[in-house]
Amino acid sequence: MISRTARTGGTVESGDVRSGGVQRAGERMAGVRAAGMRSAGVRAGGTLWTRVLLALTGAGLRLSASLCLGFFLFHILPGDPVLSLASGHPVTAEALALRRRELGLDRPLLTQFGAYFANMLRGDLGTSFGYHRPVTDLLQERLWPTVLLVGTAAVVSTALGIWSGVLAGWRPDGRLDRFTSTVALVLWATPTAWLGLLLLIGLGTGVGPLPGWLPIGGLHATPAPSGLPATVLDVARHLVLPCLTLVAVQYGQYHLLIRASVITQRQHQYVAVARATGLRDASVRRRHVLPNALLPTTTQAFLNVGLVLSGAVAVEAVFSWPGLGYLAYEAVRIPDLPVLNGTLLVFCTAVILMNLIADLTVAWLDPRTVQ
Amino acid sequence: MTVSVRRPPRRPLVVASATLAGFALLALLAPVLIAPESLDVVTAHGPTLAPPSTRFPLGTDENGLSVLLLTLAGARLSVGVGFIAAGLAVVVGALAGVTAGVLRGRPAAALVWIMDWFLMLPQVPLAIAFVAVLSPGLTALVLVIVVTSWAPIGRVVRTAVLAAQAQPYLDRVRALGAGNWYIARVHLLSEVLPVIAVSAALALANAILAEAAFSYLGLGAPSEISWGSMLRQASVSGALTAGAWWYVLPPGLAVIIVVLAAGICANAISSASTQQY
Repeated sequence: MISRTARTGGTVESGDVRSGGVQRAGERMAGVRAAGMRSAGVRAGGTLWTRVLLALTGAGLRLSASLCLGFFLFHILPGDPVLSLASGHPVTAEALALRRRELGLDRPLLTQFGAYFANMLRGDLGTSFGYHRPVTDLLQERLWPTVLLVGTAAVVSTALGIWSGVLAGWRPDGRLDRFTSTVALVLWATPTAWLGLLLLIGLGTGVGPLPGWLPIGGLHATPAPSGLPATVLDVARHLVLPCLTLVAVQYGQYHLLIRASVITQRQHQYVAVARATGLRDASVRRRHVLPNALLPTTTQAFLNVGLVLSGAVAVEAVFSWPGLGYLAYEAVRIPDLPVLNGTLLVFCTAVILMNLIADLTVAWLDPRTVQ
Repeated sequence: MTVSVRRPPRRPLVVASATLAGFALLALLAPVLIAPESLDVVTAHGPTLAPPSTRFPLGTDENGLSVLLLTLAGARLSVGVGFIAAGLAVVVGALAGVTAGVLRGRPAAALVWIMDWFLMLPQVPLAIAFVAVLSPGLTALVLVIVVTSWAPIGRVVRTAVLAAQAQPYLDRVRALGAGNWYIARVHLLSEVLPVIAVSAALALANAILAEAAFSYLGLGAPSEISWGSMLRQASVSGALTAGAWWYVLPPGLAVIIVVLAAGICANAISSASTQQY
């Protein structure tokens, strides 16, 4: 089936082929493996600790590359940030020069880069143009709503995807499979923002005689209710629509992934043996097929986080959910470069961390990959 | 011995590619088919935000323009940007993938590392950052889609090139004195082309989804009509609170149809090229 683009398909084997390219023979093996079995990658002569060390170094390098990207995007490309800051206001040349000196823009590029790198590592991301507050504070404030939204959606969509994917893969081309796989395919093709808007109209504002019954935006009602239970209930009510949207667009991929994985597992002899011993199908699925089918999906779930975050930006924009995505979305108009730099870095760091976790989880779940 | 052969079903591919061709044609002919004054806010004469009627089959927008005509006209930018951006991404990705597959040693490893890194960059946040710096417009939109989608194509193509190179007959070709470039041109291309075709179809699907997402977020060309910008217009003009579902529904359905058609094409090509007869 179609997984969401080659993007996801490509990352699965990254563990496989990433370290290839050393020797011709190694390359060939990698090629054959990638083309055929897609088994988990085996690194020659590595122990668990070298693997951990390699993964950590890789993550560190990627993080540095992302920092460089931030510098390139926000310090080299824009030309003169001071001019764009002053856009619309009459400013004298002296004031501009002064501001430039304050921001350190008159120093050579290499010095600026050094200062930028040092600041980033210290956690100083500059001051927002729009909010006139340290970007780090803003990011900390907006982090938790995003974590809440993305986390809830990830748990729900993975659970749903596993449940329907296992059933569909057990009897491919059965009635249930046709139905769920069609739904998954259509959801794959659905623009996130559009689905959000439709749900917002259908369940939030109401269509025709049907009244809306869910809040259409924000994290809290205004004024916010007092007391813990009331607050939790209020946030949960506000969470429903954004979460539903995100679950819907994520669900399809998990379903298709698990389904494909189960179809492969289903052909193994251990399934026939397990069934021959008299186990009911449900317990064969749960105890024998599912653990094996989950391995590739676990990594994929972690690797998908970039995609999930991208979807989250659209969802947060639709429902004015005060998370990192909404922060970035609102920063475009100014444009609030320090905030954009900060959000981009947080998103990149999240993806890199998740990849690191995926790498280590696979090493732990499947010791064959370490040897 | 006769082996029963099950050919891959043709019909989905035919229907899907016909749909794609139809939308491509619509994108090309939209200015001819739709009179510019029927899309002009100044000459709009319909009722504002009116539900579907016989005069306006899909209702009207906040300016009294026909949503049907807007959706048809939006195909030009959405499908056009999709094709152009996907085409460029495939060219860049295929070049990078083939280079990474043919090269040996450190250069190959470096290229693969770069592709892996690009693969990890989250698409929408990167697009937001890019456009904020470059200022919104069509060029920025295409550029951002290409930057965020060449890497996966490169990876898949590289894997295909490696698999193709692992074929034993190539050793003989090499022994006969064929160079890297000759082998790439004559022998590898035929094995790698189907993979590129599949990537291209998926890239098209992705580019159209990306256009919708980016334009909705206000990263597209500000005054142009596209499916994504219609969604944006609907949500900033108060059509949502008015419950104007007819304004929101058509552009999204159009995106789904095109993306599904591209996805089905990709699926059909990939199953046809891996089919064992």
